Amino acid sequence: MADPDQERRKIKSVRKMKEIMTHYYIAAKTAGETGKKIAWITSGGPVEPLIALDVIPVYPENYGAMIGASHMGVDLCEKAEAMGYSRDLCSYARADIACSTVDGGPIGGLPRPDMLICCNNICGTVLKWYEVQARFYQVPLFILDTPVCHTGFSTEVHNYVKRQVEEYILFLGQVCGKRLDLEKMAEVGRLSIEGQRLWQLVLDTTVHKPAPMSAFDAFFHLALIVTLRGTQTAIGYYQELLEEMHTRIREGIGAVPQEKYRLLWDNLPVWYRTRWLSEKFAAHGACLVADTYTSAWCGSMKYIDPAYFINTMAEGYSRIYLNIGVDQMAEQVIAMIDKYDVQGMVMHSNRSCKPYSFGQYDIRRIIQERRGLPTLVLEADMVDERSFSEAQIETRIDAFMEMI
Amino acid sequence: MITVGIDIGSITAKAAVMQDGKILAVRILRTGYHARNTGDLLFEGIVSGLGMNPSHIQRIVATGYGRKSITFADQAVTEITCHAAGARYMNPEIRSVIDIGGQDSKVILLDDTGRVKDFVMNDKCAAGTGRFLEVMARALEVDISEFGSLAFAADHSASISSLCTVFAESEVISLIAKGESRENIIAGIHDSVAARVSAMAGRIGWIPPIMMTGGVAHNCGVVRSLEKKIGHSLKVTPNAQLTGAIGAAMIAMFTRG
Ligand code: SF4
Repeated sequence: MADPDQERRKIKSVRKMKEIMTHYYIAAKTAGETGKKIAWITSGGPVEPLIALDVIPVYPENYGAMIGASHMGVDLCEKAEAMGYSRDLCSYARADIACSTVDGGPIGGLPRPDMLICCNNICGTVLKWYEVQARFYQVPLFILDTPVCHTGFSTEVHNYVKRQVEEYILFLGQVCGKRLDLEKMAEVGRLSIEGQRLWQLVLDTTVHKPAPMSAFDAFFHLALIVTLRGTQTAIGYYQELLEEMHTRIREGIGAVPQEKYRLLWDNLPVWYRTRWLSEKFAAHGACLVADTYTSAWCGSMKYIDPAYFINTMAEGYSRIYLNIGVDQMAEQVIAMIDKYDVQGMVMHSNRSCKPYSFGQYDIRRIIQERRGLPTLVLEADMVDERSFSEAQIETRIDAFMEMI
Repeated sequence: MITVGIDIGSITAKAAVMQDGKILAVRILRTGYHARNTGDLLFEGIVSGLGMNPSHIQRIVATGYGRKSITFADQAVTEITCHAAGARYMNPEIRSVIDIGGQDSKVILLDDTGRVKDFVMNDKCAAGTGRFLEVMARALEVDISEFGSLAFAADHSASISSLCTVFAESEVISLIAKGESRENIIAGIHDSVAARVSAMAGRIGWIPPIMMTGGVAHNCGVVRSLEKKIGHSLKVTPNAQLTGAIGAAMIAMFTRG
């Protein structure tokens, strides 16, 4: 029998979200019949021009998360290793490369791309990964190179990236055989910013005590701001979700039954263990109220002018969380610590994602010095379950909770 | 008040009975395959050895990897908290604890009141643990208890560069084939464990006095290598291996139901 308290605590919008994602993937998988083009794009890539051109963007990283959550990661990673890829390579890349060669994977595999769009604002891995896939599928690849903005954003960098945005538009015109309609582009840009604004508002609701949702919920609801950024669908959904969060706040419904501790999560989720981890923390009365990952899709919003989207997106796409210096990352983390009023930080030291995990010990030191906050480091991997040791992680979490 | 602490580690299981802060009895067994049975045996043995029966025991705290399998315990507490409590029991001044156990190693930082302030554990691999030393002892056909004294007879330390136990084992085998002396290899093995663990101690920012706990603390070779690497002396007590169990018994006394 369902526990009534647990039922009450469930986020009702989840159903709608699943429907939207199903429609999205059906549309992508049937693109061949509807005559639409498919672009594979990196998670931090400039998707808006694609939407304006009616191209369906597909995200191998979002698919990687599905692979992880459905426990197919180890099989696919092993397959990639048998193909000769190193185990040190990001497990999203390994899983995706292997998945392309087999007849399977979640939803039976991703639809074949007509083009690949790679932006290295998240890491350098994506460059080689997308080159491999461009060779495999024999399709054109566009690379948007965004230099790391350690401290600021120079005019040189701005011009350099802006030039590439222009080239990107030309590239898309060639592959799609039509010109970008600037009015439509402006509209998509506006929708994109509006979606990001709403997503940030959703995340902000956890400032409330008890937090109406947790980072584990955010990991799930994030999918739309990644895959459907720039569409009315994402906006409509986040409006509803925001409404639900406000209702929960009014009714005093928290994500965790008795919220005693509030924590901040850093790095990607451990996709195959989100449920386990969230229950583990909840058993200690701890709620992961915020995280550095899901807010990465709206963190650079301030650099983009919705009225001049195409002219300002260069800066917005360059200055995202993973493309800035460690000091700036630490500043953002400290701002989150203060905003969400947390008592500790949980860092997932992720074997796969070097740009995210590199610098964590420095950030840890900085926040310890500036806020005296304890941190827990959990070594794992977002998709490859072989890098997860339950007994060790359990002991660390228990000990951390005994400590705070 | 009579309390019992039971520490089910990956290699050995330890128990301590305490009465109002005094140790009445201690006991150590191999954990073996069945942690639960071992816990039962340990508890029954130590209690009956004192001429008592379970009703005399007011509170039991279990710790270690098998802590959840001790269903008769009143509470399960992690070995981090228990080692900290045990170390402070043995020496109330201690500010840092280095524990090298069978399956993992950790460095724990305490505040001046003895509360855990921070800790680091090695990632999921055997390097820098008791298991690593056991594997090496097997490769060298030496009893692990002789490791410490043999290392003192080394004229230099053979360098072992691999961090991974499997690779380090083949490195050791190739050193044997090259005719390197057993003593020098053992000294090298100790240095490699010390390198791993001192890096963790550095990462957390150790504060003296430092105590080393866990079974490996009885290996004077590792202790010496670690002191050299860290650049500070380590305190080791004859009860080092029992620190977790003693700490658990102490916690049982202070957290009565
Ligand atoms: S390395 Fe990190 S940022 Fe790059 S693709 Fe993998 S998970 Fe994403």
